[in-house]
Amino acid sequence: MEWQAVIGLEVHVQLATRSKLFSPTATAFGAAANTQVNPYDLAMPGTLPTLNGEALRMAIRFGLAIGAEICRHSIFERKNYFYPDLPKGYQTSQLQFPIVGRGSIRIECADGSERCIGVTRAHMEEDAGKSLHEEFANESGIDLNRAGTPLLEIVSEPELRSAAEAVAYLKKLHSIVRYLGICDGDMSQGSMRCDANVSIRPRGEAKLGTRTEIKNVNSFRFVEKAIEYELRRQREVLEDGGTIVQETRLYDSVLDETRPMRGKEESNDYRYFPEPDLLPVVLDEAFLEQLRSELPELPDSRKERFEAEYGLSAYDAGVLTANRDMAEYFEQVAKACGDAKLAANWITVELLALLNREQLEIGNSPVSAAALARLISRISDGTISGKIAKAVFEQLAKDAKDGKGAGDVDEIIEGQGLRQVTDQGEIEQLVERVIAANAPQVEQYRGGRQQVLGYLVGQAMKLSQGKANPAQVNKLLREKLR
Amino acid sequence: MLHLSVSELSAELSRGAVSSVELTRACLERIERLNPVLNAFVTVCTASALEQAGQADLARAKGDTRPLLGIPVAHKDIFCTKGVRTTCGSRMLRDFLPPYDAWVVERLHGAGAVMLGKTNMDEFAMGSSNETSHFGVAANPHDLGRVPGGSSGGSAAAVAAGLCPMATGTDTGGSIRQPASFCGVSGFKPSYGRVSRWGMIAFASSLDQAGTLTRSAADAALMMRTMAGLDHRDSTSVDRPVDDYPNELDKPLRGLRVGVPIVHFAKGLSAGVEQGIRAALAQLEDAGATLLEIDLPNNHLSVPAYYVIAPAEASANLARYDGVRYGYRCADPTDLDDLYTRTRSEGFGEEVKRRILVGSYALSAGYYDAYYRKAQRVRRLIRNDFASAFEHVDVIAGPTSPHVAFAHGAKADPVQMYLEDIFTIAVNLAGLPGISIPAGMENGLPFGLQIIGPDFAEARVLNVAHQFQQMTDWHLRVPESAALEGH
Repeated sequence: MEWQAVIGLEVHVQLATRSKLFSPTATAFGAAANTQVNPYDLAMPGTLPTLNGEALRMAIRFGLAIGAEICRHSIFERKNYFYPDLPKGYQTSQLQFPIVGRGSIRIECADGSERCIGVTRAHMEEDAGKSLHEEFANESGIDLNRAGTPLLEIVSEPELRSAAEAVAYLKKLHSIVRYLGICDGDMSQGSMRCDANVSIRPRGEAKLGTRTEIKNVNSFRFVEKAIEYELRRQREVLEDGGTIVQETRLYDSVLDETRPMRGKEESNDYRYFPEPDLLPVVLDEAFLEQLRSELPELPDSRKERFEAEYGLSAYDAGVLTANRDMAEYFEQVAKACGDAKLAANWITVELLALLNREQLEIGNSPVSAAALARLISRISDGTISGKIAKAVFEQLAKDAKDGKGAGDVDEIIEGQGLRQVTDQGEIEQLVERVIAANAPQVEQYRGGRQQVLGYLVGQAMKLSQGKANPAQVNKLLREKLR
Repeated sequence: MLHLSVSELSAELSRGAVSSVELTRACLERIERLNPVLNAFVTVCTASALEQAGQADLARAKGDTRPLLGIPVAHKDIFCTKGVRTTCGSRMLRDFLPPYDAWVVERLHGAGAVMLGKTNMDEFAMGSSNETSHFGVAANPHDLGRVPGGSSGGSAAAVAAGLCPMATGTDTGGSIRQPASFCGVSGFKPSYGRVSRWGMIAFASSLDQAGTLTRSAADAALMMRTMAGLDHRDSTSVDRPVDDYPNELDKPLRGLRVGVPIVHFAKGLSAGVEQGIRAALAQLEDAGATLLEIDLPNNHLSVPAYYVIAPAEASANLARYDGVRYGYRCADPTDLDDLYTRTRSEGFGEEVKRRILVGSYALSAGYYDAYYRKAQRVRRLIRNDFASAFEHVDVIAGPTSPHVAFAHGAKADPVQMYLEDIFTIAVNLAGLPGISIPAGMENGLPFGLQIIGPDFAEARVLNVAHQFQQMTDWHLRVPESAALEGH
């Protein structure tokens, strides 16, 4: 039977505010346990919340960026449950009137086609603290530094049809929140956490299958692997005549499998009700207009612009705009060197390979945009060949790695004598030496074997240590052997 | 001296007839003597009170003339006091030392008032008799066998018995006005949002409001001038100017339209109270006010609606008392569930547990619409009733409570106890200002006249109450010392 995957994602995005959602305590990651807490964060008696305006603006900016309806009168509610890392015994969240309503996110599928994935809603809520089970014998520790950190929970429609689409959606979301500057996007530190609701159904069937929820997956790769595993598992269960149990599962990245969460599955009644300590958030048109006007150019429109303005392929434009820093790097290089296509090639091939190899982000690129632009200019103006340029590029990277600071392209070219030989006389000498030294090949060429020319050009280039202008060598060889 | 009003005491302090240290010492001595029978205070701050009084005297010597400078005040033990035990009348917080002051405490301290200590109250303000306090019931100074009312019973008893000239209280469903009525003092509850709730331990957040217990409406005006104002730490604190309450007290009543709710004179009202309240209303009329009968058609729904909304909010507000971070913790918990279950079973009293259960039930899946949502709808109707009434009248007046103070243990049935607040609860649901002022005695026990105003008409309510007190002397009646010394 042919099965169809039905996947929806709930993504918790940690908003990059300086302070917590309802208190002025700092939110920096990695501080000593329980040093970033004030009486409110500890839920001490008589303390009260005040809404962080920056978090609200970030949530709205996200909504505007995905073309969503913004709730003009949203409210906070209390979600009641007991857990030691939840100091108040309730989480202040939003249920009935989330700040962000329906919107959509465009993703690219593997075959290059585009799909629009519906976003059901996005709401603000506070994060819980952390329970530390390993550090203490027979006891659990509680670290409340994270308690109260602002989160935006973004819920997609169950419209994703494969693990790859889920990852594409997640990457797009990552790109949008980074463009907006509302999240640092660092999944390893939990700045973006993903829950996946996964089910399958026979293709053509309208009714949804029973779903399972995979909790708290924290990398793109694991999201893909976890969903793939879960889809495979569900298919096997159903094809063996079994039934899927609706449950929460955890992904084990070491064994590459999902397992039911330990302990009894609690069906909690959260007893939501409106938070009486906070006023409704009432927004007027002028405020929204102001935020709308302050939105940066977003990945989709920047991609379209790159295609139109720089004549890039859809693929290159997509790669270059996925990351805001990358897009800005590209534009700097393109503007400075004047050859956008060459710039795109260099960035998507050489630079990305280098960054991958060195495990670096574009923001920490060892080769600056200015240096790369200079390098490309030196190819364009004939100072060096593309091949020599790669050597210069590697030298720049090496210098940076060795701590020699930002290397200068022209210094490297001159210092190592890499300047392309374009002097007609010099090239003529070179060509004559090659003809003299390769009599059999010259004979073959003259006998009609045109492809031998390439070998002869190669010999000349080798002789010049790559510095001869290949076009000139080519031309001169043809003339001499005519 | 111990039965003088705040403004009289302030005058005595100014002219040097007495120092704040002397006044404070007199209060402390009286507390020491009478508190064993009254149980009005759960904590007395002798040393810090005398130190604050000394500072007030120094400030006065340097020319400081602020009206509350050097005046002793008692805080209901629901207000957090930095470094001073704050129990909320509960075993759960028996040893809790807050690291911060409540807004109300900050403000009064900042105005130079001297904190004598913390007063007894129903546990987490849940009660109308002070009988749910972990620290035992406070006694009514007019009859030690009777309750002082609640939940701010300790504050009302302390002011009535002359242990202090002024005290703070909180009012969620009548918790300032009803004990004021029972103890024969003036109890003022401002509009919701007028006084910041920061540092005031929450019972039902959308209803809780801090207020005053004093010997006169004029004293309430002095305290309110200090306590009212915008506090950014409380999102529900209102950003509107604070009226000059003391300066608006003298406006004559001529032309004032007083609404008299027919429903407040229905069956259940004791004969003596009804007679006294009608006489009080007649006095307002004599002073030039016009009485107009008004209808509050949904008033009968106020107690049921309140007993859904308040417990619902309380069920969440009290979830934080889990034995994990502070407060009572059961001995030797075997696991997390055991820690929660025993900490909360042992740390909370019966009434608190009853309300947590009621509130949790009202919010449960499948019951939310029938209870919580419906109660909120009723709340809007009640608010609308008042709004309609205030289109025709300036204030509303009637009895605070259907009867005088009852005997300890007389209201064993919780529902009977809940009905105690039948005249006061609607005011909280609507968020309005209200005051109870002494208006008569029945069998030697005081009862109060309740005056209710529209949103943020604190000045008007205090003005009417003050004018009534200019014509009457009920508020000057102090408990027979024989009753007080009766042990």
